[in-house]
Amino acid sequence: MEESKGDSAFDTIIIGCGMAGLAAGIRLAMFGKRVVILEKHNAPGGLNSFYFQGGRKFDVGLHAVTNFVERGRGTPLGTLLRQLRLPWDAFKLCPQNSSRIAFPGANLKFTNEFAVLESEVAREFPGDIDAFRALRKLVLEHDALNLEGKVTSARKIVSGIVANPVLQDMLFCPLMYYGSARERDMDFDQFVTLWKAIFEEGFSRPLEGVRVIIRALLDRYRSLGGVRKMRCAVKRILTDGSEAKGVELESGELLTARQIISTAGLPETEVLCGADRNAGTVQSNVGRLSFGETISFLSEEPSAMGCDETIVFFNDSERFHYEQAAQPFDLRSGVICIPNNYKYPGNQALPEGILRITGIASHDYWTGIDEKTYRREKGEWFPRIVSSALRFLPGMKPDAVEAKTVYRDMFTPRTIEKYTSRFGGAVYGAPEKAKNGQTAWKNLFIAGTDQGFLGIVGAMLSGISIANRNVLMGKDR
Amino acid sequence: MTKEDIKKVVLEIISEIAPDEDLSNVQSDVRLREQLDLDSMDFLDIVMELRKKHGIEVPEEDYQQLASLDSCADYLTPKFAGAGA
Repeated sequence: MEESKGDSAFDTIIIGCGMAGLAAGIRLAMFGKRVVILEKHNAPGGLNSFYFQGGRKFDVGLHAVTNFVERGRGTPLGTLLRQLRLPWDAFKLCPQNSSRIAFPGANLKFTNEFAVLESEVAREFPGDIDAFRALRKLVLEHDALNLEGKVTSARKIVSGIVANPVLQDMLFCPLMYYGSARERDMDFDQFVTLWKAIFEEGFSRPLEGVRVIIRALLDRYRSLGGVRKMRCAVKRILTDGSEAKGVELESGELLTARQIISTAGLPETEVLCGADRNAGTVQSNVGRLSFGETISFLSEEPSAMGCDETIVFFNDSERFHYEQAAQPFDLRSGVICIPNNYKYPGNQALPEGILRITGIASHDYWTGIDEKTYRREKGEWFPRIVSSALRFLPGMKPDAVEAKTVYRDMFTPRTIEKYTSRFGGAVYGAPEKAKNGQTAWKNLFIAGTDQGFLGIVGAMLSGISIANRNVLMGKDR
Repeated sequence: MTKEDIKKVVLEIISEIAPDEDLSNVQSDVRLREQLDLDSMDFLDIVMELRKKHGIEVPEEDYQQLASLDSCADYLTPKFAGAGA
């Protein structure tokens, strides 16, 4: 570093203070890089953040931390904790009770023990159990973390092994809902990653939610001397030929760096580099899936009301439709999350019952209406979404939920776009990923959702992998 | 620095990277990955720590030279000598 450049010259600039940006920042700061993380908002966490409202704490994004293992190397969680040099209990993860995939006429319960899902498939689909086992074998043998892997259709591979379309759909439903940026299909690498994360390893959560994880990452980054600038939006990335030189902030300030890691998303990063937002090449890679969620705070524990399940993925139609919503909110399928239903230690419990229902929602609809209509429509859709989901929770009666709801909030694609700056409110980002992190500029790299590792653990591993491969092991270091 | 010193340096680095591993019985002539739960990312960290702490560069094509404590000592001895340690 040249001393004279002072506070505006860095080894690496990281755009975005989410899970991937923080993990990349920790790796680089650990090895003496002068690194700065730039975040547009005042809250860290990115797609997995939190907010306070009505005296209550809300998690955004996080239903569950996937990839849960009690202990054990060679797992994504073990690898990431060691890479960040965090102790095993840093995230205070508590395992789930049990979850379920609920389709018309068939239910598959699953827990953090794979054997439960296997026996459920044998019970509901006795004629398909051998095919299911063959699919699992293929999944376990597949190296999904190969950054140079080719994109292949998971639908094609799965349907070639498991003939029963209902079982296919039931297996795809949670995997798509927890990470697919593509409609109707997903990349087989991502199918494998999510299968392992959800079915083989499992769900967990810290009692205090996602902020426990964010706090652990922030503390680690700070202790290594990493610099973080909040409310500090990047206006554009400065490029010169095939190289990125630095960034211009909204404030007009210029920062330079030898490398830039962007977690802003692939099309979003291209626009920061000067591409036209409306250009076909940009638009074609904007994700078409966005989501909405209702959050109901209840005066009673959900288990006392008759439900001790953690997550329920439901679908009411003959086939499962994971595609852009034609209605403001697609009521045919969705995900129910009850954060109370994790195995918290001792007598620890959340102060109130919480019922979250997430589903596919139309970005164009929710962003195309004025503020007054928006408020009214949210009010009208809220009870429809809740009663649609409660069809799949026989223990919880709609009247009881209504009577015990003490506070409610709802977010839509409009909210997501505002707080994450993802085009189209696309939580899972672009359908075409940059698996090796490379872009058209040789020292500008993509990490996070649009690099392609999924979930919270995946996002952190993405930041680590891109920092390792492209900065720490890179030629220009 | 003697070969024994270099082995100690490498073990010290591993103890920082993988604090949960028991390093009391590591055999010098057996591959580290056969005795300890280390993956390729951990070997990257060994390389990064050698650079940070001792100013020693290990190019990617030489990572395999770090397979066992003996091979580490053989490979790193001239490098430590060159670094003036």
